[in-house]
Amino acid sequence: MIAPPSLEIAVLVLGMVILMFEAFAGNIDKRSLGLGGIVGLAIVFIGSFMLAPSANAEHATGFWSFYTADPLSIFFKRFVLLTTIVVMIMMIDYAPVVRNSVGTTTTQSALGEFFALPIFTCAGLMYIVSAIDFVMIFVSIELVTISFYVLVSFTRKNPATLEAGVKYLILGAVATAFLVYGIAWIFGVTGETNLQRISAAFANPGIERPAALFGALLILVSLGFKIAAVPFQIWVPDVYQGAPTPVTAYLSVGSKAAGFVVLLRVLRPFMMLPKMERLIVLIALLTVVYGNLAALPQSNLKRLLAYSSIAHAGYLLIGVACLAGPAVTFYLVAYLLMTLLSFAVLIVVAQQTGEQISDFDGLAKRSPFLAFAMLIAMVSLAGLPFTAGFFGKFFIFAAAIEHHQTALVVAGVITVACGFYYYLKVIRAMYWQPAAKTDTIPVSSLSRLAMTGLIVAIIWLGIYPQPILNALKTQRERVTATSITSR
Amino acid sequence: MLALILLCPIVAAILIVAGAPARLTALTAASVTFLLTLFVCRSFEWWESGFQFVSSLTVSPEWGIHFALGLDGLSLIMVLLSAIVTLAAVWFTGKIDNYERAFYACLLLISGGAIGAFASLDLFFFYAFHELALIPTFLLIGIWGSGNRSAAAWKITIYLTLGSFVLLIGLILLYQTLPAASRTFDIRALQAAVAAHPIEPAAQHNIYLLLLLGFGVLVSLFPFHTWAPEAYASAPAPAAMLHAGVLKKFGLYGLLRLAIPLLPDGMRYWNDLLVVLLLGNIIYIGLATIAQKRLDWMLGYSSVMHMGYIFLGIASANILGTTGAAILMFAHGLSIALLFGIAGEIRKRTGTLMFEDLGGLAKVMPFAGLAFGFAAFAAVGLPGFANFAAEIMIFFGAFQNDWEMVRFHIFQVATILALWGVVISAVYMLRAYRKTFMGTIAERWNNLVDLRPSLRVPVALLIGALLWYGFFPQTFVRIITPAFKTYLSADTRR
Repeated sequence: MIAPPSLEIAVLVLGMVILMFEAFAGNIDKRSLGLGGIVGLAIVFIGSFMLAPSANAEHATGFWSFYTADPLSIFFKRFVLLTTIVVMIMMIDYAPVVRNSVGTTTTQSALGEFFALPIFTCAGLMYIVSAIDFVMIFVSIELVTISFYVLVSFTRKNPATLEAGVKYLILGAVATAFLVYGIAWIFGVTGETNLQRISAAFANPGIERPAALFGALLILVSLGFKIAAVPFQIWVPDVYQGAPTPVTAYLSVGSKAAGFVVLLRVLRPFMMLPKMERLIVLIALLTVVYGNLAALPQSNLKRLLAYSSIAHAGYLLIGVACLAGPAVTFYLVAYLLMTLLSFAVLIVVAQQTGEQISDFDGLAKRSPFLAFAMLIAMVSLAGLPFTAGFFGKFFIFAAAIEHHQTALVVAGVITVACGFYYYLKVIRAMYWQPAAKTDTIPVSSLSRLAMTGLIVAIIWLGIYPQPILNALKTQRERVTATSITSR
Repeated sequence: MLALILLCPIVAAILIVAGAPARLTALTAASVTFLLTLFVCRSFEWWESGFQFVSSLTVSPEWGIHFALGLDGLSLIMVLLSAIVTLAAVWFTGKIDNYERAFYACLLLISGGAIGAFASLDLFFFYAFHELALIPTFLLIGIWGSGNRSAAAWKITIYLTLGSFVLLIGLILLYQTLPAASRTFDIRALQAAVAAHPIEPAAQHNIYLLLLLGFGVLVSLFPFHTWAPEAYASAPAPAAMLHAGVLKKFGLYGLLRLAIPLLPDGMRYWNDLLVVLLLGNIIYIGLATIAQKRLDWMLGYSSVMHMGYIFLGIASANILGTTGAAILMFAHGLSIALLFGIAGEIRKRTGTLMFEDLGGLAKVMPFAGLAFGFAAFAAVGLPGFANFAAEIMIFFGAFQNDWEMVRFHIFQVATILALWGVVISAVYMLRAYRKTFMGTIAERWNNLVDLRPSLRVPVALLIGALLWYGFFPQTFVRIITPAFKTYLSADTRR
């Protein structure tokens, strides 16, 4: 039996060990550090199945008033660990690019940090999903964001990357400021930072509602940056395109998932405030429409995926607006699988040709396996049955219909059709267009394994979604209870 | 048993992608599917109502999703249609130069999706299996299509996606009409629940409209038909055979399966609209078909037009009309598949399907001419073919609907107009036959070769089935009617 907080501690220690190796063991192949990191995270992942039950969160004190180990958080800790493992596999594939574009005299240097930083990010994400206090939420979001500042601008010889880094730094800092300011307002109104107690305080009719609403609004703005919701999405395309591709994948999956978990947690108190639901519906509507429409004309695959991540944030927000916790969680899992798969293929292909969609021309001839993997990823992102993506959309739509959100349903249906167009554009390139070159594209056995795993998981969850639903059973009950109290 | 029929094409598709010899595996799988279906037909107990060969596997208990398969008379003939057309389509596929494996895999996936949709007792899988065919269709038209294939592929894909998501919303609404604890996608449970407590009329109106729009797009109901002729003209012949012959029937099947038992009020409410739209299919599209200058476009339009008759049968909502609609689905599937198959063979030899370039081909391709003639006469509805039996039932059924001695209602007017459609279809089919196979042959076609002798098997299969059920429609009627008997009174005057 393991106490839940020791998982994060183990991850942090792992990150430090890798940093030590980077500093003191000069002559090893730095890629083995990446492998070591993967093995370490895998051990932590296995450890997460042997957790001791945690104290009751309702009346927790001390450390446990900051930190919860409820099923939702345990579920997302595993989610984050898996994401990080896949991202590290991508990073090993990406190592040659990093070497060429970091620009130091010795070829091997800096790779160690490249492998250590995501592990710190991982620890931060694991803290976020457990945080039930605004102080903890703030600190862990900072841990994640600061390590992302470095990761985004890691390949610093590339001007586009530098641009991405600066944009992410400035906008991230602004978002942080909003977060702190919002927390301060809410603390001013309620005198609390713990979400439980804030809920209790909001239920009291004597509080100053306008001030509480203002604070909640500021926090939503900040979270809007994290999950790339319209109108806080401007940074996304440039940062996603400029950042090193594995980092983009990590940003679009890990960072977004953490944002949504925090959103689900703060929603419970916030939904007690007037007009909050309508506000979130509006944001969701804008986000699906903007994300999908802006993705239509893209010709750069990385940029396309950036807009598609905005679009998916929109679908997730539809679920959030309907308080459909399990639907949002399932969608996040599906999104994780298919996004990581598409980025994994993109990294391998982009090193041979490029990141434009036209660089994928004739991929089915050059590497049937990669083309098939991309086909599954795109089809799932578009939301075709027998893939995890379809169940995600299905649950979200069912929740929206249940809550009579007609506008959201109509926007959802139309934008899904848009989505088919731009995702199938990639399939068209791979299968219809003649190839410019005919040589095969090599795939390392580690990434082949990861891709196969992701493909199987996408199809498996597309036919049998029950494992995820079961893991969330207790959470579903809690969210149902929330939606009853908030009405 | 049923699961075997369904798995056979899908597993074969996976095997082909994994490296099994493409044509051999596909032919074997299609033949096995066909034989298994024949076996199921033989052991089907037509005098029993309700579903047979039922098997069920729970997927999600809390969402009420089951992987449930089963057949009643209606789904049996649809599965039979799928099996026959699949075999014919695979047989008609000749040498493929580019990505041969993928071609056969796509064909088999479409076929597996169609069989799965028809055999599913669970609305979720009913929907999901139909969508399985979407990407294969996109690839088939995109990679191996002819003419303006890119535009055609986009059009069919976007149209069908939009249609099927509208349908999905309708299905979810239908699902949520049940109280939260007993929600299910199982058709049998839904029918039982509705029999006990009919759905509120207002809800029925909304759900039926969504289903009509969704299915309407999938079936190319006027004015949502524009994807169909273009896609069928551009698709490679086997894909057009499967899609026009089998897959398009999914929407009609869905209306028969869902609207009639579950949404009678919704149906009545929107019937006038449906009748106007289907007359658009029969008259407007019929006239558009006459104006076509290319054989493949003409066939595409004609398949859109014939959907109008089937809608008329469904709209009449009595046993005669709906049974006629079901038989016409089967008959039309066979005849249009044969027509597209022959047209594809001609295109392979001549490279063109413009009427002005063709002519006199019966001299060099007598067997193709004979087969095309049979199929064309069947499509027109000549007595002796299954199409005739079906159309006459539809016309009688529709005419009887709301019958009053003193005056005509919309259905009587519609039937009279629809009867003119028969003349229209005779005009364009005979014209097409004359321009393609009769007259003087152009010099450059003198060396064309007739169909491969082995193709006589699928052609004989398709024509044989059409003739058999044309002369003995009772074998079908007695299978199909129990599916509707519970919900529709034999008395056609409501």
